[in-house]
Amino acid sequence: MSAPNPVARYGMRGLALFYLGALLVIPLGMIFYRTFEDGLQGPIDALTSPDGIHAFWMTVLCVGVAVPLNTVFGVLCALMLVRQNFRGKALINSAIDLPFAVSPVVIGLSLFLVYGVDGFIGGPLSDAGIQIIFSTPALILATVFVSLPFVVREVMPVLQEIGTDQEEAAGTLGASSWQTFWKVTLPSIRWGVTYGVVLATARALGEFGAVSVVSGKISGQTETLPLFVENEYTNFNLAGAYAAAILLAALALLVLFSMNFLQRRSRKAVDTDDDADATPGTGVLVPHPIEKEA
Amino acid sequence: MTPPPADTAVATPPKVGFRPPFGGEVLTRGIVLTWLSLIVLIPLGAVLLRSTDEGLGTFWNAISEPEAVAAIKLTVIASFVIVAINAVMGTLIAWVLVRDDFRGKRLVNSVIDLPFALPTIVAGLTLLALYGEDSPVGISVTYTKIAVGLALLFVTLPFVIRAVQPVLHEIDEEMEEAAASLGASNTRIFRSIILPNLTPAIVAGCALAFARAIGEFGSLVLITGNIPFDTQVASVYIFGRIESDNTTAAAAVSVLLLVIAVLILFALNLFVRWRSRHERA
Amino acid sequence: MAIEVRDVTKRFGDFVALEDVSIKVPDGGLTALLGPSGSGKSTLLRVIAGLEQPDMGQVLISGEDNTQTRVQDRNVGFVFQHYAAFKHMTVFDNIAFGLRIRGEGNGTIRERVTKLIALVHLQGFEKRFPSQLSGGQRQRMALARALAVEPRVLLLDEPFGALDAKVRQELRTWLRRLHDDVHVTTIFVTHDQEEAMDVAEQIIVMNDGRVEQSGGPRDLYEDPASEFVMSFVGPAHRLGEAWVRPHDVEIRHEPNGQTIEAMVDRIVHLGFEVRVELTLPEGEQFSVQLTRDEVDHLELAVGQIVYVRPRSTRVFSADGGPPTVATGVS
Repeated sequence: MSAPNPVARYGMRGLALFYLGALLVIPLGMIFYRTFEDGLQGPIDALTSPDGIHAFWMTVLCVGVAVPLNTVFGVLCALMLVRQNFRGKALINSAIDLPFAVSPVVIGLSLFLVYGVDGFIGGPLSDAGIQIIFSTPALILATVFVSLPFVVREVMPVLQEIGTDQEEAAGTLGASSWQTFWKVTLPSIRWGVTYGVVLATARALGEFGAVSVVSGKISGQTETLPLFVENEYTNFNLAGAYAAAILLAALALLVLFSMNFLQRRSRKAVDTDDDADATPGTGVLVPHPIEKEA
Repeated sequence: MTPPPADTAVATPPKVGFRPPFGGEVLTRGIVLTWLSLIVLIPLGAVLLRSTDEGLGTFWNAISEPEAVAAIKLTVIASFVIVAINAVMGTLIAWVLVRDDFRGKRLVNSVIDLPFALPTIVAGLTLLALYGEDSPVGISVTYTKIAVGLALLFVTLPFVIRAVQPVLHEIDEEMEEAAASLGASNTRIFRSIILPNLTPAIVAGCALAFARAIGEFGSLVLITGNIPFDTQVASVYIFGRIESDNTTAAAAVSVLLLVIAVLILFALNLFVRWRSRHERA
Repeated sequence: MAIEVRDVTKRFGDFVALEDVSIKVPDGGLTALLGPSGSGKSTLLRVIAGLEQPDMGQVLISGEDNTQTRVQDRNVGFVFQHYAAFKHMTVFDNIAFGLRIRGEGNGTIRERVTKLIALVHLQGFEKRFPSQLSGGQRQRMALARALAVEPRVLLLDEPFGALDAKVRQELRTWLRRLHDDVHVTTIFVTHDQEEAMDVAEQIIVMNDGRVEQSGGPRDLYEDPASEFVMSFVGPAHRLGEAWVRPHDVEIRHEPNGQTIEAMVDRIVHLGFEVRVELTLPEGEQFSVQLTRDEVDHLELAVGQIVYVRPRSTRVFSADGGPPTVATGVS
């Protein structure tokens, strides 16, 4: 368009910034302010309480188990969907999106029905003395469910873009399937994997609805940090709630930073377009095909 | 979070000839299917089963329960409203990020993803901090329907923006110049040239936002007060049924919610396909 | 004067795209802006259109100062190299766009558009979308679209650049005929000197943001004012200090005091013409263009020593004064 008139331009900019400020930035800032309003001691005490520490480690455990498992699954699944052809592939492909489409509470319900003491899998396990629901395994299961699609979805377009040329070349040079995978395929998808891992971690850290259902919310035993936040708040321990929220927010900002960094990293290594693609970070989370590496 | 367009990677026929490392396509398929089944397919299937476990009559009763109906109505209406707001604001913000330039634009761009990275419970808490009972600006929305809208706006913020940005970026500026040389004013150019080319992206973003909104839970629990018939959304209602051990009712309403989501997404998908018919050679 | 540009300068940051450029385009004329990439020709066209604002200077259209006028109000038709088709609209709607903006009635629109579609030979394609057309068809649509609003001047930015050779050739001829029919002042940008010579009545040669020379095709070819114009418009070779056209050189078997010794490297038969590639005493490469008959007559062979004599040479002075032309007598 020919130069937009200044009023329209500043007006739009102002409106956009106001909206973002009122909805995102200022509330976030308020929380940081409220947490440290009365000094550092309150938050620190709340976080270092036995329940707080437990919640922290529980979160770490859930994320630490769910994300690696989903990474392995993600890579395998991506390979399968992109390189193989079989009946029902389209169905599987759509199934991967289910964790996105379903409400977290419904996710919790679904796990409860299957892994609860009366469940299809949970029943027999319970008879054998293994409890899943209302204990740690359930939390891990819920975390796995919600973070399942990320690595798959980030790796698929990369695999698609790269094509099989490099792998075929490796084959002609004598590499075995395993060697090809390890030395050629994996390295070429590493940015996709990393990005997927970051997104999965963020999701896993923040999971609330599903774990609410399956955990029984037993303080000191089956609480993750997000559950801890809610618990503290409803028990009027605002300091505790805010402190844990800050911790989670800080982790979220860290994730945001890494996403940006990785985004720019992968684009720089790869940008073959010469158009004025100088606008960084367009679509940080709308995954784009991360192109072949130089 | 935003799933990428799933059909692009799958639609093109894969090159045969690659063999996964562990000695077999079959093994990979087995691992993937087992994992998927154990984690996602079987549990969701259980919900479907449970909902009709006690007969279709019970299913119907469960979903026509007045409290359930109120919750679903609130959820669907609120989701539509905030999606409409997102369509406008999201496009506007995407416009500013792509076409405007100012210091700190990069920072603003990264901030957009905050709702993706932030746990929902924290999102609710942050909104409470500014718009709750101790609000420093005197605005308190707790226990009102406005709170529902506010929380949903927060968590769905990035979807339309991130869907529109790349498309806006790629738009052929020469089309706009051509329109200008033919006498079109800026408004006309936006209306007749830019908007039609953005619409599929806007709709796609709206679809994602809608799906997210109707299932939202964590950001709503603290700020809305979850008052039945007033500020209780579907997900909270379902949660309530689970807590009262009425998993059948919970499953029934869940299935209804899923059906609504699928229908809306399907309709939007069709709309997008119809709109982009002229893109196909 | 349909278009007049006076002392226009345009910078993009540090890069000077146009420096003190002045041109005049007569009413109803067909003018080419010819030059290599980076010469500023596209920028000049866009300045005339109002798509760029000059830092200094004026643009006059039909005698009026249009320098500050918005592109929307200049009533110029612009055709882009990559068509800039409204891909979400049918061919009909594309062409009708300018008319709709002006609020013309449906009847008028239908009549005008149909006439234009016939003019550009796109009958039957009204309801198609640009993605369903070939490149050549898209460009014809773009032309019809630009002409629909009866512009004062038609500007084309490398209009055939994105098309393949054969289509380019066809459209060139077609453009000239169109101009003969429609008679709107037309300026087109090209880097292809053959295209410029083929189509235009007036050629303005540009280099490095400046106008090198302006004139008809024959004038530029036979009376180039600078080294650049000579070597850009038509083939040219250096012979020591002088410049010479390869077909202005004679080959003899005996020296005659005005000749230079050379050895035949290669004889390339290009149909009617033959290019004889030679090496000069100091090792420089040189080539001469002869007809088939002349080559037969001379019985040339590779490795022979022959003597070349330019019929006409030009030496360009360093200070930009008129070139020295020498015409030898056989």
